[in-house]
Amino acid sequence: MSHPTGVDHSKPHAAHEVHHEELGFWRKYVFSTDHKVIGIQYSVTGMLFLLFGFTLMMIMRWQLAYPGVPLPLIGGLFGEARMPGGTMLPEFYNELGAMHGTIMVFLGVVPLAVGGFGNFVVPLQIGAPDMAFPKINMLSYWSLVLGGLTMLGSFLVPGGAAQSGWTSYAPLSVIAGTGQTWWLVGMIFLITSSLLGAVNFLTTTIQLRAKGLTFMRFPFFVWSQFVTSFLLLLAFPPLEAAGVMQLMDRVAGTSFFMPSGLVVSGQVLTNAGGGNAVLWQHLFWFLAHPEVYVLILPGMGIVAEIIANNTRKPLWGYRAMVYSLVFLGFMSFIVWAHHMFMTGMGTAMAAFFQTTTMIISIPSVVILTSLLLSLWGGSIRFNTPMLFATAFLPMFGIGGLTGLPLGLNISDIPLHDTYYVIAHFHYVVAPGTIFALMAGIYYWYPKATGRRMNETLGKIHFAGTLVCMNVVFMPMFIVGLAGVSRRLFDAGSGYDFAQGTMHWNVVSSWGAWIMALFQIPFIFNFFYSIWNGEKVGDNPWDATTIEWAAPSPPPHGNFAVAPQAYRGPYEYSVPGAAKDFTPQHEAS
Amino acid sequence: MDIPYTFQERRDTGLTNGKIGIWLFLASEVMLFGALFASYILIRTGSPSWPRGDTVLDVYLATFNTIVLITSSVTMVMAWASLMRRKFGTFRIYMGATILLGAVFLVVKYFEYSHHFAIGEGPSHSNFLAVYFTLTGLHMLHVFGGMVVNAYFWGPGAKLYQTNPVWFTNRVEHSGLFWHFVDLVWIFLFPTLYLL
Repeated sequence: MSHPTGVDHSKPHAAHEVHHEELGFWRKYVFSTDHKVIGIQYSVTGMLFLLFGFTLMMIMRWQLAYPGVPLPLIGGLFGEARMPGGTMLPEFYNELGAMHGTIMVFLGVVPLAVGGFGNFVVPLQIGAPDMAFPKINMLSYWSLVLGGLTMLGSFLVPGGAAQSGWTSYAPLSVIAGTGQTWWLVGMIFLITSSLLGAVNFLTTTIQLRAKGLTFMRFPFFVWSQFVTSFLLLLAFPPLEAAGVMQLMDRVAGTSFFMPSGLVVSGQVLTNAGGGNAVLWQHLFWFLAHPEVYVLILPGMGIVAEIIANNTRKPLWGYRAMVYSLVFLGFMSFIVWAHHMFMTGMGTAMAAFFQTTTMIISIPSVVILTSLLLSLWGGSIRFNTPMLFATAFLPMFGIGGLTGLPLGLNISDIPLHDTYYVIAHFHYVVAPGTIFALMAGIYYWYPKATGRRMNETLGKIHFAGTLVCMNVVFMPMFIVGLAGVSRRLFDAGSGYDFAQGTMHWNVVSSWGAWIMALFQIPFIFNFFYSIWNGEKVGDNPWDATTIEWAAPSPPPHGNFAVAPQAYRGPYEYSVPGAAKDFTPQHEAS
Repeated sequence: MDIPYTFQERRDTGLTNGKIGIWLFLASEVMLFGALFASYILIRTGSPSWPRGDTVLDVYLATFNTIVLITSSVTMVMAWASLMRRKFGTFRIYMGATILLGAVFLVVKYFEYSHHFAIGEGPSHSNFLAVYFTLTGLHMLHVFGGMVVNAYFWGPGAKLYQTNPVWFTNRVEHSGLFWHFVDLVWIFLFPTLYLL
């Protein structure tokens, strides 16, 4: 072959040569263009925001477990405007609720799953020296930081942060306080970050894959990031458009989402009117349904890698999984209105969207079933990443199956906006995606640091988190089936029908607080192992994919010699082979 | 360390990184303006009355601006074609013309906007004007962004031409693709807002 593939060291160009040895502290660790540094920056930022979002929720859970009781110890810290005498005001509860959702989705899970793992792992797995556009990569990370700071800053403005839920439904959000404007500006930064990242991931995957690495030889994780990037690329701009219009409604006094003759606090609003409040919901969910798959697909990719590695056998049905993934990505664009059955869209529309919703559950089930069947007959190594990955399967399964009643118009109407919905999507994202992300952290930690995380602490973290997750979310199904709305700041303590389920809120809350304690071993382990973890070689898990060919930690430029792919990604336990794994990059 | 395929095409895809990148970016832009056009349709069909564009807006100025933008697309192509023939001097002239035509467009738009504000027809006046200001405002931001990039290639960015003319030509081509897209958005905006 005459054309260059992979790293090309033979053509230095004076204009853009990178002298990585001479980079100072700021360029190396802060404003870095190296995909691994950016990946770690994204991951740490994402984890900090996950912790922050979790903290907001723990404060809310006090109010839900013990409505009207002053928050002990720290209740006085929030000031008289938010918690007079330590008792939470409804406005503050709404702030916490809206910001918990926003932060967990846009600043926690997406930065960690896509920005963190995507940046760190994808270029290594495809044998690339870096991302295709390293400067744009840096820009997308710092755009995320700006968005995050805007969101955090909004807590300090008069009236506090956004209070209209993470969905920011109009017209409530249009007439809300200043915090909502900050939310919109913050979202525009976050959307920009995701768009730039998506362009970068797609280009990198298409262009910079190693010689011989055809699409059907991609590790499943690369496929999952590839489809995720398409979703981000095409679904986020409509929310950006919606955000611009809502900003116009709030700042310039237009009426995109404001109906005529709206009465607020006994006064008729004087805006032009004639807008369409449901339009916001359409544009929002046109993003936010694909966003659900943005949250879950990287998790599925991580779990697939870890299951193949620790069962020591190829993934069952790799091709079927890839086709399902692509189909899932496509279908996720035409199911959004199943979030909107309550808007009175009419039976024809509802029939269409519930049909597409039922269809989209098929590829999800194909992927989950393939992962489950992959376990069959394997000699499984139950290390910490594998424990989290295995637990992902039933947890995501619960989340997925409880979603079916919400996808059907007739059963959604009584369940809509109850705690049942909360339980459903948290099973998908919390013990689902976050378990997968934890698995990924334990799994790729040796690649990033050259050391393994402590297994005993990891197993304590796993067992405690698994039990507590279910203690938190299982009761919410019961509370939701009793009909308690998720928006009530006092868990419905003023309503008769909610009295029978009030004690379940106490159970959920204690589950959440105890779960926080079980994160301490993880946080300790994460930092302790950087310096004191067991030192390991380049391929501590005996894995087959290309990232393990690079040194641990990989240097700038990743590979000493451009790797080449000779086979599929999961050649484990090949009959007749010398060892039980045959790496993709080893010539036979 | 060099990133491969920054200016050489990868053989199996036949593309450079930048070419794929700009097309993907334009795909997201289609979704952005697509969502805005969809919103326009929904709001217009849902309202009891909607003014014809020419009763509120100045069709003559907009026709002039349409011609300006189409001409700027032609000069943009000529700038790229000059680079393909390695005529840097002509490139500077055509690229300069493209930037100037973009500026003319923005100046005309400024007079249109200030006229509306002077007679009290701001974006909050009616939904027609809300759509008009939002769509054209966002489009103007795109024109401005394109001008900034083009000015960079006209000025400091042109240093790359000395060391790697192929790469520089590709960059100008990508910037041109964006410029044509911005032009195309106007081709849709003009009849939608001014004539219908």
